[in-house]
Amino acid sequence: MDYVLSLLGPLAQGAAVTLKLFAITLVLAVPLGLALALARVSRFAPLSTAVNGYIWLMRGTPLMLQMLFIYFALPFVPVIGMRLQDFPAAVAAFALNYAAYFAEIFRAGIQSVDRGQYEAAKVLGMNYRQTMRRIVLPQMVRSILPPMSNETITLVKDTSLIYVLALNDLLRAARGIVQRDFTTTPFIVAAAFYLLMTLALTWGFQRLEKRYAKFDE
Amino acid sequence: MPNSMSDTTRDVPMVEARDLRKAFGANPVLRGVSLQVRRGEVVAIIGPSGSGKSTFLRCLNHLETIDSGHIAIEGETLATTDAQGRCSYAPDAALRRICRKTGMVFQHFNLFAHLTVLENLIEAPMVVQGLPRDAAIARAEVLLAKVGLSAKRDNYPARLSGGQKQRVAIARALCMEPDIMLFDEPTSALDPELTGEVLRTMRELAEERMTMLVVTHEMGFAREVANTVAFMDQGELVAARPAADFFADPGHERARAFLRHML
Repeated sequence: MDYVLSLLGPLAQGAAVTLKLFAITLVLAVPLGLALALARVSRFAPLSTAVNGYIWLMRGTPLMLQMLFIYFALPFVPVIGMRLQDFPAAVAAFALNYAAYFAEIFRAGIQSVDRGQYEAAKVLGMNYRQTMRRIVLPQMVRSILPPMSNETITLVKDTSLIYVLALNDLLRAARGIVQRDFTTTPFIVAAAFYLLMTLALTWGFQRLEKRYAKFDE
Repeated sequence: MPNSMSDTTRDVPMVEARDLRKAFGANPVLRGVSLQVRRGEVVAIIGPSGSGKSTFLRCLNHLETIDSGHIAIEGETLATTDAQGRCSYAPDAALRRICRKTGMVFQHFNLFAHLTVLENLIEAPMVVQGLPRDAAIARAEVLLAKVGLSAKRDNYPARLSGGQKQRVAIARALCMEPDIMLFDEPTSALDPELTGEVLRTMRELAEERMTMLVVTHEMGFAREVANTVAFMDQGELVAARPAADFFADPGHERARAFLRHML
C-alpha cells in the first residue's frame, strides 16, 4: 500500500502533462473543427473541396506520424518551415488531427438539422450567418454530444503517443517506474488514473445530454 | 427605392405573378402560372397533389426559384425575365427586404425546436429587425393571446399538440408584421379534430383583412373564408374565380371533376 502511495506523486506529474495536452487540444480543436465543418458545408466548392482534402490527409495518416513530421521535418519545409519545441509540436499535431475528426462530427450534426428549420429562418428574414448561429448550431449540439463524448475519451488515451517526443506523460512515467522497480503495479495505478479521467468526461457528457434532452420531452 | 407606404400603392396588387415557369429536371411543375392578389384578398389555392400548388406558393417568397416569369410583391420586383428569356432576381438585400413582406406557415410547422414558444416568436424580430427584447416580448404576448396560447409561452414546441404548434407558427409569422401571409397546407399534418382550431385562427386573420394565400385541401375553408378560389392542375392555374361562383360552377372540366371527388 505504501508503495502504491509512493507512486502517486510521480504519476500525478505525468497525469498533469496528459491533462494539459488534452485540455489545450480540446480548446484549439473544437473551434478549428467548427470552422472546418462550416467550410465543408459551404456552397463555395473550392473551399469545401480543400477542407475535404485536409480531412482526408489528417484522418488518413497516423497521428504519431503527423507528430513526428511536425517535430522533425517541419523545420526543413520551405516557406512555412519552423522549429517547434517538443510540447508545442505535440499540441499542434493533436489539434490539427482532432480538428479533422471534430469537423466530420460537426458536419454530420449540421446536416442532421431539418431543412424546415432553414426554411423557417429564411422566411423570417434571417441571413445565412444568423440562421447558422441562432438556429442550426444550437440544435446541432444535441446530436453531436454522443460522438463527441467518444472522441474526447479517445483523445485522453491518445495523449500517450507523445512519448515518441520523449515527453513524460502518464503512461511514460508509469513505464519508467516499471523498468526501475521490476513490478507492474505502476501500470495498474496508471490505468486507475485514466479511468478516473474518462469517468469525469463520461459524467460531464451525460449531464450535457440531459440538459439538451429537455427540448424533445 | 420605391416607397411601399405611399397611397398610390393602394391599387398595386399585393402579389403579382406573371407566367411563372419552373421545372425540376425534365419535369415541368409550373407551366405559365399567373395570379394577382389584391390587398385584403384571401385566395384559396386548391387542386390535386402534384399540381404545383405548393411550388407556386414557395416561389413567391424565394424558397424556390423560377426558371422564367415575373414576380412582384406590393409593386416591388422580386424576379423578372428579360426579352432574351433570362430570369434575374433582385439583389440580395432587396430580395430579403421584399420577402419580409410575406410571412409563411408550413405544413410541418417548422418551429425552432431549441426555443420556447415565446423565444420562437421574438427571435426574428430581435435578430432581423433589431427590436429590443422588451418590445419584442410585448409584441409576442399580444399575438400569443390572439391565438389563445398565452399559457404555453414558456413551453418547448415538443410539448405542444399539432394544432397548438401551428397556431404558434402563425403567431411567429405575424410577429414580423408581414403584409401578406402564405399558408402551405397548414392543416394537412393535423389530426382531423385539431384542424378546427387552426382554421378558426386563420378565419380571424381573414376577418382582419390580412392578405392571404392558402394552399389547402379544406373545401369548407375555401368556400366560407376565401374570396377567390384558384384551381391548379398539372402545373397550370386552370381557373380563378370568386369562391361562391367557383363552387356553383368551376367553369372547367378538370376543376369540376376535382370538386366532385372532394365534396
